[in-house]
Order: sequence, then C-alpha cells, then structure tokens
Amino acid sequence: MSTLLEVSGVSVSFDGFKAINNLSFSIGPAELRAIIGPNGAGKTTFMDIVTGKTRPDEGAVLWGETSQSLLRMNESQIARAGIGRKFQRPTVFEDQTVYDNLAMALKKDRAPWSVLFFRPAAEDAARIEELAEEIGLADELHRKSGELSHGQKQWLEIGMLLAQEPRLLLVDEPAAGMTLAEREHTTDLLKEAAKTRAVVVVEHDMEFVRRLDCRVTVLHEGSVLAEGSLDHVTKNQDVIDVYLGR
Amino acid sequence: MTRSFFARNPSVLIFIAVLAVFTLAVTLASEATGTGALSTSFVKTLGKTLCLCLVAIAMDLIWGYAGILSLGHMAFFGLGGYMIGMWLMYARTEAIVATSMANAQIPPTDQEIVDAIGTQIFGVVGSSDFPPIWIFADSLALQLMLVVLVPGLLALVFGWLAFRSRVTGVYLSILTQAMTLALSLYLFQNDSGLRGNNGLSGLQNLPGANNIPQADISLWFFWASAFALGVGYLLAAWIVSGKFGSVIRGIRDDEARVRFLGYSVEGYKLFVFTITAIIAAIAGALYYPQAGIINPAEIAPIASIYLAVWVAIGGRGRLYGAVIGAAFVSLLSTMFTGGQVPSVPLGFYTIDWVDWWQVLLGLSFVLVTLFAPKGIGGLVDLVTGRRPPDRHGADLGPDKGSLQEREAEQ
Repeated sequence: MSTLLEVSGVSVSFDGFKAINNLSFSIGPAELRAIIGPNGAGKTTFMDIVTGKTRPDEGAVLWGETSQSLLRMNESQIARAGIGRKFQRPTVFEDQTVYDNLAMALKKDRAPWSVLFFRPAAEDAARIEELAEEIGLADELHRKSGELSHGQKQWLEIGMLLAQEPRLLLVDEPAAGMTLAEREHTTDLLKEAAKTRAVVVVEHDMEFVRRLDCRVTVLHEGSVLAEGSLDHVTKNQDVIDVYLGR
Repeated sequence: MTRSFFARNPSVLIFIAVLAVFTLAVTLASEATGTGALSTSFVKTLGKTLCLCLVAIAMDLIWGYAGILSLGHMAFFGLGGYMIGMWLMYARTEAIVATSMANAQIPPTDQEIVDAIGTQIFGVVGSSDFPPIWIFADSLALQLMLVVLVPGLLALVFGWLAFRSRVTGVYLSILTQAMTLALSLYLFQNDSGLRGNNGLSGLQNLPGANNIPQADISLWFFWASAFALGVGYLLAAWIVSGKFGSVIRGIRDDEARVRFLGYSVEGYKLFVFTITAIIAAIAGALYYPQAGIINPAEIAPIASIYLAVWVAIGGRGRLYGAVIGAAFVSLLSTMFTGGQVPSVPLGFYTIDWVDWWQVLLGLSFVLVTLFAPKGIGGLVDLVTGRRPPDRHGADLGPDKGSLQEREAEQ
C-alpha cells in the first residue's frame, strides 16, 4: 500500500521535556485511523508537527506521492497542500454566518488578489448547500455560527474541513461534549469521509473509537506503543499497563 | 447571493445620499456659489473634516475589520500631504521668482531661476540647494504619483517586516508608534530636506491661480474631498462585503484558524495595511492644501492615537461609524479649541475649554469604551434592532484584536 503521510524518527522537546520521542507513523491515502493514549502522550504535539505549528528537533515528515518534506512549509502552505485540521474546541468564525464560514473554507484560490475579486458562482452556492445538508445545518445557513449549539459548531467545523477537500484530515477529539445522538452522526461523517481520503482521529473515548471500527495507534510518552485493531491493542500487556489498567 | 451590492449593503446608498445632500447644502451656503452663510474658512474646515473621515475609514478597515491596531496611519496621511506640498510650494515659488526676475536687465537662465527658488524655499533652514528628494517637485503628475508611491512603499516594507515576524497585538501598535515617531523626528531635522520644523507652508495658494479668490478654491477642494470620501467609502464597502471581508474578519477573530484554512494571513495583513496607507495618503494630499501648512508635528504619535479615538467613539467595525466619529469629534474639537464654546465660571475657577477640551475628550473616550463599546454608530442598532450572537459576553475569538461580543455587528 502506498503511503500518503510518512512520519519517521521525529523528536521534539519543550524545555528539556521530550513531548515526542523518535516517533514513526504512516497512513495510506484512504484510511481511517484512531490515535489513543494517556494525557501527555504527545497526540496534540503530533498534530502540531504535521500541520506546521511546531518544528521538530529531528526527523522527517514526508507528504504525498512525491515525498515532499512538510518541515520546510508554513501552516497555510501545508493546508493548501491538502492537510486539514480540526481542533479540540470548535473554532468557527462566530461573528459570521454558516454560509460565510463554509464559503471561506471552500477549495478555491487563496491569494488575496483573487479572493478580493471572488464572487460565488452558482456551483459554489450549490456545493455549500450540499455540504450544509451533509452536516445537518441546511436550515441554519444564514444564522450566525455563534448562535449554534456546541455540537452544531463541531459539525460546521467538520463541514469546513470537507469543503477544503483535504487529502488528509486530522481530527482532535471530535466527540468531546457531544450527546449520544450527536456522536453517532459524527461517526458517520468521519467514516464517510474516510472512504475517499485519509482521516486521523485523536480520541480519549473508547466507545467512540470502537464505533469507528478502524486501526488504532497507541501513543505513550511520545512514541508508538502498539498498533492494530482495537481488540488487538487492548489485549497488549504494555497498553493495559500504561493506559487501560488505570 | 444574486442580490446586487447595494441591496446587500443598504448603508452604502444611504451614506452616499447623505454625503451628496451635505455637499449640495454647503455649496448653496458657501460664499463662492451661494448665500455666503458659511464663511470660506468654515468651508475649509468642513473640507478638512471630510478628509479626516476618509482616513478614519482607512483606520476602520485596518483596526475594526482586520483587527490590527495600527497607531501609525497618520504618518502616511502626513507623507501624502508632504508629497503634494512639495509641488505646491515649488510651483508657486517658481511663479513668484519668474515674475520678479522678468524685470531684470539680463533675462535669467533656467539654472538661475532654479537657484533662486532654492534660496526662497530653503533660506529658512540656511541652505539654498535642492535636496535630491525634490527632484520631481517641478512636475505635478510625478508628485501626484509619489503621493501614492512613497507612503505605499513605506507601508509595504514596514508591514512586510512586521507581519513576516508575526508581530501582533500591542507589540505591533508600539512598533507603528515608533515608526511615526521616528519619521517625525527625522523630518524635524533641518537637513531632512523638507524644511525641518518649518514644514511646508503657503499650500493654500494654488500656482497660477492668483486671480481666483480663496472662496472658490476652498469650494473646489471641498468638492474633491467629498468625492474622494464617497469613492473611498464605496471601495472600503466593496472590500469588506465579499469573501475578502470574510477572511480579514476571520483574521481579526482567530488568526491561527484562518492560517489552517490555507490562507496566508501575512499576505492579507500586508495587503490591508498597504491599501489603507494609500487611502490615508490620498486623504492627506487633499487635507493639507486646505490647511495651508504641514510640519513634522502633524505626524507626531499623538495624531495617530487621535485617529484611533475617533474610530472608537464612532464605532469600529462599521464604516459609517468611523465617518461619524471622525466628523463629530474633529468638528467638536475645532469648536472647543477655537474658543467658540463659552467658558464655565464656577466662582472659584473658570473652566476654559481651550485648556480643558483634551480632558473632556479623554473622559469621553474612557466612557465610550466602558459603557458604549459600539460607539455612536451603535445607536443605529437601536433603530434596526439588530441582535449580535449570544456568547454570554465572551470574545468572538481568542486573538487580541478580536471583537468583543458586545461590539459585534450583525
């Protein structure tokens, strides 16, 4: 299987504390993957490195068929290359409508000059409506996103990610603070997305991970402890010791 | 989304209509073309006020919409004034010198005329040579280009350095203050080439217009200022109405998120910084011929702080708010500091408004910030009954420049 993202031998430390320690990780072009691990295992730092927010001290992060190094690119270049990221807390532009939020995320030329002269074509409006339908916000298109409920904001953010048409989606704790029904909807959205692209989900909630029904990577102290199906890793003695047993 | 620009932004039409009616009213009441109810000097004051409204729109774009509190935009305003002032002074001195030397027995050579102009202009700073920066001063077209190019390039270079290093929030404000301070200190020097603290003067006299009364000239500049304000308002409204406006408001509320959407935040900031600097420069180039004089004190740091105060009092994040704030505060300021407001005798002390105006302005700024963060423009909301999103008082984004919920417009 070809790989979309290859992280090899990456280490990073903050003030002497090794947040990521010789981590290696790879994911294929259409794959759903869950990353679990105790607090401080380096899950969020891993995402920061891939999206360009944090520079690693050593190691390589290679992207796509041409094995382009992501370490020389800044956040916006990485995003344009096709990596989308969803943060732990919902970060949508609360002062703007759902429509505007989605329109901003839509995959289009991002240069200031072309954005200045951009006027939405009929197909763009149709695409936005289609996305809104998918995330269940079709009736809320012209409401300010600040008025939405917590779960709706999470979906809007997932919708914005889908609008970006990324090849890799990094999702940080999507189910946090959601009701059971909202979680099911979120699982469906992620599974659907993973049919055409790579999706990496960081999650604490075991039930949610089980519902995703995918390969699981367990992180501990900045490196991979175990990898495989959920049943496989939960039987692993190391995993039980550091994570599940507590 | 098929509705026209004006249907989506009804305030633009209202603004243009109000501006047109105001311009007509002043024209009909001026000394040149009307009843003479308004004195020439007051027409000039009104014309200058329109220029201040234009620079306030620029400030609102950069601060109210993009969330960058630049405290240096009056430097660009002043530079625009200096650029047009150089031509006005050169061309007028040339006319005077040519007339006086025409009576000489031996006709003067071109070089002699240039030398005589140099002596006239730079005599006050003990020099008679033209500094290199005056090389284009004899050409109106080139000097008009410099009105846009010099402040534009300064903003481009300064902004590139600042935004590339991701300087934000209060640090950026301090940096812009340092820029305007450095520029004004430099210009205060006699050998800066712009006549030091004397500045450029006599700018109200248009070259070759000796026979045209100031009443007419003042009205021309008033019309030009009104036209520039109208065009500037349209341009600003157009910039913020589309997706570009969406992106810069996104940068104001959550810069990191915009970056992860794939937008180059630095590029957008630089774009807005430069375009607002150019708008400010054009406003300055129309202001100083009406003021008649420009000197380095005009670009002192306090000038840019006043600009921020106008926009805050008028209501940031809405274009008409900036215009209302600039017009209201600067006209009031003219009244109070011009001795047109009677003193208040308290028996033991007399409040003389010339001295106390700044205290009043400072107090009202604090009061507006605390109790009416939407500013005067917020009164419009009472009429239209607009509701901001309910976030229980939290900021709309995690960044320093983001609007507080109370300020947010629908």
